[in-house]
Amino acid sequence: MTDAGKAWMLHVALIAALFALHFVLPAYHHGVLARVMVLAVFAMGYNLLFGYAGLLSLGHAMFFGAGLYGAGLAAYHLGWSVSAAFSAGILAGISLSLAVGVLALRTTGVAFMIVTMMFAQAFYLATLHFNAWTRGDEGLVLQTASRTLGSLSLADPATRYLAALALFSLVLLLTLAVVRSRLGRVLVAIRENEPRTIMLGYDTFAAKLAATVLSGAICAAAGAAYALLFGYVGSTLVSVQYSILPLLWVLMGGAATTIGPLIGTLLMYYLVDLSGGPLDRLLPGWHLTYLGVVGVALVLLILFFPKGILGTVRGRWLRWLP
Amino acid sequence: MSKNTSLSRRTALKGLAAGLVAGPGFVRYAQAQASAPIRIGFQAHRTGIGAAYGRWYERTTSAAVKAINAAGGIGGRPIEIVVEDDGTDPARGAEVVAKFASQHKVDLVYGTLFSHVVAGSAPTAGELKIPYYVVSEGYHIASGKMNRWCLQPGITDVRAQVTSVAPWIAGNLGKKVTMIFPDYAFGYDHRDYLPAALEKAGANVVAKIAIPPTESSFTRYFPQIPADTEVLYHVMVGPAVLTFVKELGEFYGSGGPQLFGFIDSLEAVDINSPGLEFLNGSHFWEGSPRYAQANDSEAQKAYRAAVGIDDNGASVNDAKDISTAAHMFGCWETLYVIKQAMEAAGYRGPEDRQKLVEATEAITTVAEGPEHPQGDKVFDGRIHQVFGHQNISKLEGGRLNVVHRTSIEDGRYEPEADYTTQSF
Repeated sequence: MTDAGKAWMLHVALIAALFALHFVLPAYHHGVLARVMVLAVFAMGYNLLFGYAGLLSLGHAMFFGAGLYGAGLAAYHLGWSVSAAFSAGILAGISLSLAVGVLALRTTGVAFMIVTMMFAQAFYLATLHFNAWTRGDEGLVLQTASRTLGSLSLADPATRYLAALALFSLVLLLTLAVVRSRLGRVLVAIRENEPRTIMLGYDTFAAKLAATVLSGAICAAAGAAYALLFGYVGSTLVSVQYSILPLLWVLMGGAATTIGPLIGTLLMYYLVDLSGGPLDRLLPGWHLTYLGVVGVALVLLILFFPKGILGTVRGRWLRWLP
Repeated sequence: MSKNTSLSRRTALKGLAAGLVAGPGFVRYAQAQASAPIRIGFQAHRTGIGAAYGRWYERTTSAAVKAINAAGGIGGRPIEIVVEDDGTDPARGAEVVAKFASQHKVDLVYGTLFSHVVAGSAPTAGELKIPYYVVSEGYHIASGKMNRWCLQPGITDVRAQVTSVAPWIAGNLGKKVTMIFPDYAFGYDHRDYLPAALEKAGANVVAKIAIPPTESSFTRYFPQIPADTEVLYHVMVGPAVLTFVKELGEFYGSGGPQLFGFIDSLEAVDINSPGLEFLNGSHFWEGSPRYAQANDSEAQKAYRAAVGIDDNGASVNDAKDISTAAHMFGCWETLYVIKQAMEAAGYRGPEDRQKLVEATEAITTVAEGPEHPQGDKVFDGRIHQVFGHQNISKLEGGRLNVVHRTSIEDGRYEPEADYTTQSF
């Protein structure tokens, strides 16, 4: 089988496995996986820009937030249907990423990190400033009745899982198609050596802008799905912490791998979820639970496992992994 | 597809249940359930901005559970607390509620303080149909924007608090009030409800100054305070509060308007900390007084001893560990409301969760006493919100002395919702 065939087979098998898990997982883990798939979409969007194009953004919470608020405000204040609100969320993400991309891509490296972080901070403060509509940090609760797709309630665990899986699958296959496309190869070339890519005649600004908009749209889709599936829209979800988390998930799973974001998000979720009790017993009173675990994991990853899990697997064994 | 799965799962469970009922083992099972602990999931702010509150909420919860269990528990069953850290984060809060319901399989969830965590968690509580008792004081539950599974029966909400204290401010401190508040939810409740309450009392708000939560210096906001301000109403919260007070003191020198604040700013902070001198002689709202008062009831004294706070409101084990006394009594009282409602509902297990909510909604008054040491209260089942007395204290001689206690009626307002009309 060709490498391309193996890659497509692997991705389809992953989707099939996630579908099979729907029938066997206990209630708690079933709910966790639905949430993880939505957050993994956020990480996949981040990975497209960070992993493939080599652009380290510290402001992707704003794209997640554009989808979150785009969908959430439309559903809450305008009473839009789920599909219309979801579309509004993605459109908001596309518009914002286009505007931010045009400005931020004039910078590179550390300056790009700072500019994206500043834009995200401005977005976060805007969600507080316009609190008459957003209720600021307290946020808005989308009532169950407003979260229905036809006769299906998105608050129902089974519907929610399958909706999250549908979105995840679509984005996973889209990502795979993009990274195997001409654009994907140009992005990797930019990451490896941008001056040489320019010399070869490619318009690197256009490629980076396309990647930024695609990344923004995917992150916005995750944000919109989060609002509509879990019923909450609040400014904490666009704070700087939510710009760092996708970086962490991608680093853990393996940057520039299509499946890495899911693995990173899943492992990080369970690391946070399961470490609380043992850490409390081991280090009583330290209260390392949750945020401490996230911080320690980030430091260890950068120091010792810069390629992440799938990055290491690809480096040592499966060189065909996309 | 999924429906079939869940149906078949349910059918299998029903079959299993029928077998259990018919079999001799069921009697033993029923007996075991009758003496099994009531499991309460405690959504605690162990990390994040709410950690200081969370620490004291845990201590108060432990003390209340110890007292309830020593007196026979709930309907003869002991309480068992299961703690999960929510990181004072709404997304993690929702995850924790799901974990309580589906994995820990607790009977109910309780204990949340920060309003964004309440709002983030409420949809999950509603979807999983698990009672969610918060000790948060936000106007979120009472607003009717949450759902029927969310209740706040142990602490009053900010709207009631500001409505209660406004007449006293107008009558004793001044008629022209400038508000300085954080530009997030806690501040909004003050911003939205104080002006109308003051106007009713013959005073008015001359300026509203919202300060973004990212600010670490406040000097540039002070020139916005109108010169004719008679009362500066401040509700800053968070680590920057010390800087805020210090800079305010530098701005006004020895003069300035009267100050009225909410102790939320200085919960878990020593009121005699360097830099807070400018607050001497000013007034604060307190839910329950931090310092022991001369007229404390026996119930109040017993509560303070059980929780482990001294006459200064600090831990009996560490004089520097200041409590969050104005709020944490809500944990104690909420647990006693849960006990009262469970016993009234004849609660047996998760199948009676709906009855538990209905029994809580049916509560109308609670009397002052060991179970409610802060004072008597009125519960409005329509908005799932309790109403009670508020304390206004003056900072003098290095301690807060209560100078006025509002009536319950002072804080009442017309309900904007009725949860009891919602289906479960």
